[in-house]
Amino acid sequence: MKAKHQRLTLAVIAVVAVIGAGFLALAGLRDNAALFRTPAEIAVEPVPPGQSIRLGGMVAEGSIEHLPDGVTITFIVEDGEATVPVRFSGITPDLFQENSGVVAEGAFDANGVFIADNILAKHDENYMPPPMEDMASEATAS
Amino acid sequence: MIAETGLAALWLATALCALQLVFGIMAVRGRDDLAAAVRPVAVVQGLLAAISFLMLIWLFLRTDLSVELVVRNSHSEKPWLYKFAGAWGNHEGSMLLWVTVLSVAGSLVAFFERRLRENTLIATLAAQAAIGLGFYAFLLFASNPFARSTPAPEEGMGLNPLLQDPGLAFHPPTLYFGYVGLSVAFSFAVGALMTRDVGADFARAMRPWVLGSWIFLTLGITAGSYWAYYELGWGGWWFWDPVENASLMPWLAATALLHSVTVLATRDSLRAWTVMLAVVAFSMSMIGTFLVRSGILTSVHAFAVDPRRGSFILALLVLYIGGALLLYGLRVGTVREGKKFQAVSREGALVANNLLLTAILGIVLIGTLYPLFVETLTGEQLSVGPPYFNSTAGPLALILIAIMALGPLLRWRKDDWRDLINRISFPILFSALAFAGLMFFVSPIGILPTLGIVLAVGVGAASVAPLWKRNLRRTPMFTYGMVIAHLGIAVALAGMASESAFTEEVLVATTPGQEHEVGPYTVRFVGVDPVAGPNWTAIEGQLAVTRGDGEPFGLMPQARMFASPPTETNEAAIATSWDGQLYTVLGNSDAQGRWQLRLWWKPFVTLIWLGGGMIAFGGLLSLVGRVRRERRSALREAHG
Repeated sequence: MKAKHQRLTLAVIAVVAVIGAGFLALAGLRDNAALFRTPAEIAVEPVPPGQSIRLGGMVAEGSIEHLPDGVTITFIVEDGEATVPVRFSGITPDLFQENSGVVAEGAFDANGVFIADNILAKHDENYMPPPMEDMASEATAS
Repeated sequence: MIAETGLAALWLATALCALQLVFGIMAVRGRDDLAAAVRPVAVVQGLLAAISFLMLIWLFLRTDLSVELVVRNSHSEKPWLYKFAGAWGNHEGSMLLWVTVLSVAGSLVAFFERRLRENTLIATLAAQAAIGLGFYAFLLFASNPFARSTPAPEEGMGLNPLLQDPGLAFHPPTLYFGYVGLSVAFSFAVGALMTRDVGADFARAMRPWVLGSWIFLTLGITAGSYWAYYELGWGGWWFWDPVENASLMPWLAATALLHSVTVLATRDSLRAWTVMLAVVAFSMSMIGTFLVRSGILTSVHAFAVDPRRGSFILALLVLYIGGALLLYGLRVGTVREGKKFQAVSREGALVANNLLLTAILGIVLIGTLYPLFVETLTGEQLSVGPPYFNSTAGPLALILIAIMALGPLLRWRKDDWRDLINRISFPILFSALAFAGLMFFVSPIGILPTLGIVLAVGVGAASVAPLWKRNLRRTPMFTYGMVIAHLGIAVALAGMASESAFTEEVLVATTPGQEHEVGPYTVRFVGVDPVAGPNWTAIEGQLAVTRGDGEPFGLMPQARMFASPPTETNEAAIATSWDGQLYTVLGNSDAQGRWQLRLWWKPFVTLIWLGGGMIAFGGLLSLVGRVRRERRSALREAHG
């Protein structure tokens, strides 16, 4: 094999490797990318149990309940149109409170309860998930 | 006056940078009378940029509230270390640091590089000036760090409390050294393409910069991982967060480049490929800077809020990467073929290393940018997290590490795979023993962690194998460097696998006097106390911890409240022993007076960062060994 052919072979292998990585990435994204959903969107188009999503909305007033084990809470996420019950075990972020914005990562169980693995708090008192900002500004406009 | 001095130095440096670019291009095109000016101009330009940055640090140390940047990011009550680090803990200051490191690196090249053909060196400095000019313009027109605030307010607004941590104070500079070192490698590649000088000499001139930036990136990623681990209080050490990926991607590219540049320097093969990787590595550090600095990550909306900055960096990114790819396309035909090699050879293994690293890089890049593209195009929001990265990049990384074990045991140019099997029989035996041990003595732990542990044992054995039957005193320093770095990968892999397989977690609501078991520890909750720091107050949990018959000791996790700006953070308390860490976090209290407590036992988690440190130390040994050998051969040439 001449040096020129060797270079061509290497170039072909490199292109194949990069395309292969691209396909692997796209297949991975199709299975694993978590969509951002609000309760209203879920009401229209339910999310199958087990599929990871991010749920965004407001924590409904008076909905936070502490279960007897002391570490599990349940609450309701609303967006003015629909509601979703959520359960979470763990230490909630400091900014997590009723009537404020929340983003929960997790999946629905078979009974339609959203089991959150993680509750997101941006470390910023002014943080709101962007769709909520739109909602808030719509609310003030109307 | 300090601010004006800094700004004047910045403008002068910009002017010299423009001069360096123009003179450099003219000198390469035949104006030999200008060639002598390029080096001195580059040196002075670096000095001026450094003066400008020192002025900014001085302003922060004095908390000069007539400067807008100080007002927005500092506070007179802050500990001095954070006043100092506050100079680069913000957008404008960190961009000034970026440019300063870039210019000083240019000065060092101009001052010390003597082996490369003069023409190629001047083309390199011109390329370096072209990069610098873009960032000077960005600073002066879109992010001036010296802007005055009128009228001067009474007090500054403070620094984000999460950033008030000694480790983090030095994290961004470390990464910037890495990013900027790659820009020097890129400039060498552009210079060599312009003067058609791609060969072993060019590779030797470029190698210390690639190695140096790779060491800094390794340190930066390792330190950043440990920071996220103890500061965020979530017990994880890597979150596949876009900001983390922004530092991982240049590292992946630099690792590939480091290995291909070694092939080019010692064997004169892989010429066109090495130049391509230099372009890719610099592109990744530009993309990293863009992701972190444009505000696009908070949300694509934040990008639109301040479009000038984001668009400016995006334009620079497109200009430099596009320009480099264009030059590459035009000139790659003139790069002559390097020396041949067979598929089973050290070159072959390094090509496989490069391809796998590039594939992993592609996967991380796509996963990081995909949410941004989707949101920009359709408005649909989604997030790509650990499930994606672990399932795609994880298996490829394991294959890569297996090949890493084989590479150093292969001969250059051509080898026989039957001999290879002889050489790796011991590592395979160790792996088999580890596998048998896991199967018989440990409860099932999942495929990836099992593979990780088995592979780590075999790779650890294989990475010291190149020292087998060698005269240890005559073995060159860079060989030790390689052995330690590869062993570091095995150590880190063992830590990752152990952490994911054997971590125990306890989450309880507890009252004073209660005891909880986690791993080998017994943790008794004593109570909580209020405590105060220089600029925060906290609730501190008192934990009495015992292990077996050992002496009890105290751990104090805190929930801290900062006054300016008002923020709360969780400070984990961690006990380290030889075989792992106990990690404790204090949560909220409830109506019955119970406190939430989260405890983790993480066996051998410390190996992750120990491995990271070993990788960087191995890199350092290689760098010192290479530089010493080059200097010795340069001396020999001078005298012979």
